Amino acid sequence: MNKNPGHDLNRRRFLLSGLRGAGGAWAALHWPAILAAAEHAAHAREAVPPAKLEVLSAEQAAEIEAVASRIIPSDETPGAREAGVIYFIDRALATFAAAQRDDYAKGLQVLQAKTQEMFPNTQRFSQATPDQQDAVLKALEEEPVFELLRDHAVMGFLADPARGGNRGKIGWKLMGFDDSPAFAPPFGYYDR
Amino acid sequence: MNPQVTYKPSEEVDFAIVGSGAAGGVLAKELSTAGFKVVVLEQGPWIPPSEFSHDEIKTFLEHQFTNDPQQQPQTFRKTPQDKAQRHAGLIYGRLVGGGSVHFTANFWRFHEIDFVERSRRGEIPGTGFADWPVSYAEMEPYYTQVEWEVGVSGLAGSSPFDPPRSKPYPVPPLPVKSSGVIFERAARKLGWHPFPAPMAILSQAYRGRAGCIHCGRCEAFGCEVGAKSSSLASVIPVAQQTGRCEIRAQSYVHRVEINNQGRATGVAYFDARRQAQFQKARAVIVSANGAETARLLLLSSSSRFPQGLANSSGLVGKYLMINCYHEVFATFEEPLNEYKSVAVTRVLHDFYELDPKLGFYGGGGLDARFGITPTWFALGAVPEDVPRWGKAYKNWLESYSRTMIVASHAASLPVAANSVSLDPDLKDAWGLPALCMTYKDHPDDLSTIRYLNDRAVDLMQAAKALKVWTRPVREQSFAVHLLGTCRMGNDPKTSVVNAHHRTHDVPNLFLCDGSSFVTSGRGQPTMTIQALAFRAADKIAAAARRGEV
Repeated sequence: MNKNPGHDLNRRRFLLSGLRGAGGAWAALHWPAILAAAEHAAHAREAVPPAKLEVLSAEQAAEIEAVASRIIPSDETPGAREAGVIYFIDRALATFAAAQRDDYAKGLQVLQAKTQEMFPNTQRFSQATPDQQDAVLKALEEEPVFELLRDHAVMGFLADPARGGNRGKIGWKLMGFDDSPAFAPPFGYYDR
Repeated sequence: MNPQVTYKPSEEVDFAIVGSGAAGGVLAKELSTAGFKVVVLEQGPWIPPSEFSHDEIKTFLEHQFTNDPQQQPQTFRKTPQDKAQRHAGLIYGRLVGGGSVHFTANFWRFHEIDFVERSRRGEIPGTGFADWPVSYAEMEPYYTQVEWEVGVSGLAGSSPFDPPRSKPYPVPPLPVKSSGVIFERAARKLGWHPFPAPMAILSQAYRGRAGCIHCGRCEAFGCEVGAKSSSLASVIPVAQQTGRCEIRAQSYVHRVEINNQGRATGVAYFDARRQAQFQKARAVIVSANGAETARLLLLSSSSRFPQGLANSSGLVGKYLMINCYHEVFATFEEPLNEYKSVAVTRVLHDFYELDPKLGFYGGGGLDARFGITPTWFALGAVPEDVPRWGKAYKNWLESYSRTMIVASHAASLPVAANSVSLDPDLKDAWGLPALCMTYKDHPDDLSTIRYLNDRAVDLMQAAKALKVWTRPVREQSFAVHLLGTCRMGNDPKTSVVNAHHRTHDVPNLFLCDGSSFVTSGRGQPTMTIQALAFRAADKIAAAARRGEV
């Protein structure tokens, strides 16, 4: 996968330095196992796909991103938009969720129709105000399109960054999740 | 790793073993070290642990470790009177190592009562409640053998409810997590008896394998460092080193062939390229799990065995048991960081045998756990009073690192109508009849799990959690513990295999896995599956040496 052996060596050193906090004797005992896991995690991270769309049109992406931004809004902390959820969904439709492309196409029609029905002066969901958008989504909560977009928005916020979303581990940081490949006790406040 | 031996399918080996999981791995190791030639045929691929991923999408949606409902669809119905609908409820490990690769690794022994419930408690209406043809005393050396051969962490004598044991655990318990500390303190306050969880995960290096590095991806994931004592990490490498055992991955066995004398001659399977192959064997052992073992016998029907191979009792596929499971969530003020390390560090068995005066039969255990990854939590654990999207939902996500679970584990009673069978219409991607699951929890099972869940709520309230939430107990339609579908017994009319796992109908056909269970135990079957496999291997090897296979 990596053409430059020097790069591999550097990464190894980097991983070594990052694990110093894990406690000397313990780390020495578990060294080969930790290194294997850390290498594996590093490989996955290198595989983060570029931020470009392969399946969705720019127009479709704008509508989906507008929905995702109401599912996990941006406020004091970053939300779905900053996490690049739209790139996760685009990758999903190219891979594990390819069978759901039609559901997306139909769902976006339902979204647009509901927006126009509730707010006749607004052509597209993405053009509505946040309050109007929330009202449209509320009205669609029982529809399959809502489930689909909601689940994929959440996945795109929290799944492995290698899947295109959760950029900069924004979702994990919000949850207080650390994806380090190895830990040592104490793990939390109550087992100190 | 040494290159393994390979056999030609036309070469008659001593044993063809179908399945490489908890049971198949143990049988392969025992029989090959005993000098026999063995081929293990595994449906799924051989994935090197370095390719095990922490990616939730790969695990839950792309099915890296489990059967894929796109390739192998299933149907489900509650009762035999209902029309079955598309629903893949039976989930099993589908790779070399089977379910032992992705399981949580809780490793309780059965207690003495689990083998003799019928005679102790009498008949229970609507069930085929029966005693096992083996006792705890007879199983004890094999439980000990499992602990020492695959590697189990635990502390002997730490639970007053534990059955007698002949030896301590080979390695000490894993370090307690915050959930375990909270669970233990609250349980003691209530007068209960928490103890360190016995886990098939190494707390320290053992027999050349690494100890746990506490990465936190045990439940539903594979262990990259081999600290989880899966068949893949523990027994299969030993089997390969004998030079007598071939593990043949991507080999989907669909028929056990029988000759005119009524003896098994080998197994027909589809190879990785979906070409038809036939492996000759002097004897066949099916360890394909409680769903696929029964399905394989039903697929192997013939004029001699019109209702399925080894099915003169009519019980192949019947008495499916899946255990009851329910969980209570609790959030605390400070971070627990339960995403680190193994899922479970404390257990209690104070409710293993409930008082019959409660009006229902049952019992089980509680444990402090959390194996839930971020996406799984965000999609699956939302309390009813929290919106499912928007700002309030986003705020709730922040509680992830401060949340733990108390899980209840209980029996499921053997009900004849609960079963796996062949769907009459649906086919899988190989053109074989799909699995149909028929399941409706016995009312006593639901009462038991409700009772245990209430105790879990008591426990988290005693722990002074900020917030405690749970969902109503409902009838189950998903199963990961696949038990009881080819039950053991001495009477050929009421069982499929005898006490030595030999089918009553075909002298050189053996079945050993969760399908052999007579009753379900209290929720953690793998330890007993492996103890049965060590015992079966002893009996089968002895019979083979006497020329009786």
